Amino acid sequence: MNDYRGIFADGLWHNNMVFAQMLALCPLMAVTSTATNGLGMGLATTAVLLASNTVVASLRNWIAPEVRIPVFVLLIASLVTLADMAINAWLHELYKVLGLFIPLIVVNCGVLGRAESFASKNPVPAAAADGLAMGLGLTLALVLIGACREILGSATLFSHASLLLGSSFTFLETTLIEDYHGFLLMLLPPGGFLVLGFLLAGKRVIERMTEQREVKEEFHCSVQ
Amino acid sequence: MISHWLKPEIRQSSGYPILLLGGVALLVSMAIGIANLGTHADIAQRQLEDLQATLRQVVPAEYYDNDPVRDTVTVQEGDHSVRVYRARRKGQVQAVSFRTTAPGYGSTEMVMVIGVDRDGKLLGVRVISHGETPGLGDKIETSKSDWVLSFNGRSLGDPPPAGWAVKKDGGVFDQFTGATITPRAVVKAVKGGLEFFANHRAVLLDESSGGNDR
Repeated sequence: MNDYRGIFADGLWHNNMVFAQMLALCPLMAVTSTATNGLGMGLATTAVLLASNTVVASLRNWIAPEVRIPVFVLLIASLVTLADMAINAWLHELYKVLGLFIPLIVVNCGVLGRAESFASKNPVPAAAADGLAMGLGLTLALVLIGACREILGSATLFSHASLLLGSSFTFLETTLIEDYHGFLLMLLPPGGFLVLGFLLAGKRVIERMTEQREVKEEFHCSVQ
Repeated sequence: MISHWLKPEIRQSSGYPILLLGGVALLVSMAIGIANLGTHADIAQRQLEDLQATLRQVVPAEYYDNDPVRDTVTVQEGDHSVRVYRARRKGQVQAVSFRTTAPGYGSTEMVMVIGVDRDGKLLGVRVISHGETPGLGDKIETSKSDWVLSFNGRSLGDPPPAGWAVKKDGGVFDQFTGATITPRAVVKAVKGGLEFFANHRAVLLDESSGGNDR
């Protein structure tokens, strides 16, 4: 059980795909102009990560090390294609919102990274958990960066969320400042880099603070 | 374990990686092929519905009792062909709609659908896809601004040719704050669309022979 807690702590915080591994930056810059887009991309990637980790882990004993990378690439690319076709055919409203982003999942090196570094060495349940955790960590990062850029860039939050999640989520759509003239830089890719930089710095600060507290506690204990 | 079915000799043979890669390629191609068979009818249907929805936006429903998506004519204009969807009521073409493109601010093209009634009056203009700057050029979308509705009811004579420009260039159409190039391109493309209609009016309204591929 503890093992799974470790997997989720890794995926969401310690080894977060964006904030620690610095992977998936290409789709990140492309889609996070709003929190809703970030959420959609994050969820679609989570589904693909879960599937690719499961498939790779179940085939791990068959895959010869010499050709593992091409095999992973084939598996991931076809899973993304299958997801693209299924969403287009049966969830067409969602496809109109996410359609552009789904092929971008293939270029997310994070998916290949998890197949190589985790799923190919671990049993299926652990690999599936890792895919889910990494995907949720990525979703968290995308929503966070999207929210910062959206608030600074156009003073709204979760605009068009009802298109993605259905009309029952209209309450998420908020406009913070009426008649806001917009801070264009934040909506363009440089804004993505700036926000990412500040959030990374913030994460380092939090980590240092917890580290210092742990050191202090240890010291305290040893004195007693 | 399934892997134990494989004898170690086979796994260690030099041909195994090739067989594995080929096998996986074959399997995933089959999976994609099957999925394509299962979904392509649905996808085609969804795309048809999308097209019908777009055409409904530029030609009001009272203009037709046919299915414009299935009543098309293709007209050669310069070096490319334009597919025109005809909206008929009681057999007579009341309005047509067609796609037109304009070079956008960046390198991406803006794709628009415009609807014109039989007298050459604009019924509607919608931008379907574009790569304009979010927050500036994207006011051409109806979800962001009503700007594109200002074309409704216009025709080649209203405003007169000199007025078919943004206000900054001495015309009658508003530009938006911070973006002149985008509305300028849209105005030019809409005017081009009206000229296209005027040049091919007889064919588009199905009032002459030739060019009919219904």
